[in-house]
Amino acid sequence: MSLQVVTANRLGDGLVVFLTADGGWSENINDSRVADGKDAAEAILAQASAPELDVVIVGPYLIDVEQQDGGLVPTKYREVLRTKGPSVREDLGYQAV
Amino acid sequence: MYRYDDFDRQLVQERTEQFREQVKRRLAGDITEEQFRPLRLMNGVYLQLHAYMLRVAIPYGTLRADQLRELGSIARKYDKGYGHFTTRQNIQYNWPKLDEIPDALLDLANVEMHAIQTSGNCIRNTTTDQYAGAAADEIEDPRPYCELIRQWSTFHPEFTYLPRKFKIAVTGSPNDRAAVKVHDIGLRMHQNEAGETGFEVIVGGGLGRTPFVGKTIRDFIGKNDLFSYLEAILRVYNRFGRRDNKYKARIKILVHEEGIDKIRDLVEEEWAQIRDGSLRVSDEEIAHYIAQFTPPAFETLSDDDADFEVHKAANRRFFNWVRSNVIEHKQPGYAIANVSLKPIGGIPGDATDSQMELVADLSEKYSFGDVRVTHEQNLVLPHVKKADLFALWTALDAAGLGTANLGYVTDIISCPGLDYCALATARSIPLSQRISERFGDLDRQHDIGELKIKISGCINACGHHHVGHIGILGLDKRGKEFYQITLGGDASENAEIGKIAGAGFSEAEVVDAIESLVTKYIDIRESGERFIDTYRRVGMDPFKEVLYGDR
Repeated sequence: MSLQVVTANRLGDGLVVFLTADGGWSENINDSRVADGKDAAEAILAQASAPELDVVIVGPYLIDVEQQDGGLVPTKYREVLRTKGPSVREDLGYQAV
Repeated sequence: MYRYDDFDRQLVQERTEQFREQVKRRLAGDITEEQFRPLRLMNGVYLQLHAYMLRVAIPYGTLRADQLRELGSIARKYDKGYGHFTTRQNIQYNWPKLDEIPDALLDLANVEMHAIQTSGNCIRNTTTDQYAGAAADEIEDPRPYCELIRQWSTFHPEFTYLPRKFKIAVTGSPNDRAAVKVHDIGLRMHQNEAGETGFEVIVGGGLGRTPFVGKTIRDFIGKNDLFSYLEAILRVYNRFGRRDNKYKARIKILVHEEGIDKIRDLVEEEWAQIRDGSLRVSDEEIAHYIAQFTPPAFETLSDDDADFEVHKAANRRFFNWVRSNVIEHKQPGYAIANVSLKPIGGIPGDATDSQMELVADLSEKYSFGDVRVTHEQNLVLPHVKKADLFALWTALDAAGLGTANLGYVTDIISCPGLDYCALATARSIPLSQRISERFGDLDRQHDIGELKIKISGCINACGHHHVGHIGILGLDKRGKEFYQITLGGDASENAEIGKIAGAGFSEAEVVDAIESLVTKYIDIRESGERFIDTYRRVGMDPFKEVLYGDR
């Protein structure tokens, strides 16, 4: 079964964030709470979609991830870009830090 | 250039304050994202892949020096030191913070700018020829009419919730540089048999997932009647345009499904009711707007400048820049200077804060403080004395803005693609960079001649791939980027939608595929033929063969 995490954009600055194990939001995908299987995925998405989080984040959704070299990597390239920043500007986004 | 009157100023300032309150309420949790989203979109604020994006309108692509300087300042203050000029003659900022956007909008309002008409299902920012008021081939400056369209369409209560967005483009020249035939409405200025100047009205053009070249709904409409006629078209569209399916909601689908004759009848019927009403614009009123766009105080000069010729003879790089980037001006002794935002291997349409400020300064020094933005993602200084061209180029070149490639294979239109855009299915910028590097040698570009490559990162076609001589559409195939090639598109007065050559190419293959097309063209072209001319003469097959062989 595939692994999934919840991602969204933060309300204040629009930056990409991931739902963490303690119910917070992190800029680092490796802090994510990982769901293994459909039921677990539905549960974390439901947690991320709680109405009170509408003032914290925008548009939460599930993405597929894989464990690679000890880190979490999205399976879709679009989501890889979201964890890094524009491929054409490596000086910008999370990859620049 | 047009200056805001009190009404414009009040309108934009009130709008800015309204949005400040809306943002405050959103951040405080008083309104939900669902409620806020349409409000932010009406103020040009999108949520993209990495962050918010602010799209600022540049009505009909005309900027004053102080406005461009402010765009540079906003890039530094609220963004990461750059902006992206788009195929809609707008500018986008990729990293603004939501709570700072109202301040950015206030800074814009202070220089008579805004983000209105850059999103939503309204009449969008009107676009036109970037050489308006300067071009030697122009019948009349189209911008007074663009400004009237802006005033008529801004916050038009009846047309704020159209079935879908609506784009109007205007050309005052028979050589269409505004791609008017691929807009919801295209207006082509011309003279009728009585010698009166008016417009051919073209309707139902567009790109996106269902591309069409627009059809002529009226061969001639007089200037006084233009606005009531536009209103009649919009009314027919607003009433009959489809609202059941977002992908079938543009007027091009209505025109296609109902037929141009039926739409014409409906429009004429509607127009008959309103043509003598308040939208009939008097000659005096038109004259008032024409006066806002009076030509600058040109000096009386000889068209030949000895120093200019000396510099051209002495400096090969300057000679090359003049050859491609300098266009004939209507006023003797002056020229139109194009500032390429396509350095070899660079990001099409991106400009840094300091580059924007430099171009603003140079426009004050050399071009009456007048700057234009092109839908091909370059800038223009429209009124430069030939005697000043060398000094201008020297300053541009020192800032990486002196690339001599206008209209060549490296002058590529590219949307932001998957590097920034939430809708994209593939990246387009890196591909444009690789093509630019492959063909970067200037002698080779000269040999190839005019060749318009346009790249879109999804079917929405912001990169105008359908009207590229070579168009490239980036798609997602089982998680991998792949690129479909179209050939024979044309955005000019001879507008055509390109045809798909065949199966797509992988990211690794596509640049070689483009090169094989160019090589084929060079092999088979006849004297004086551009790529598009050769394609029209020989058709798709020879090109298909080099792409696919026996495949």
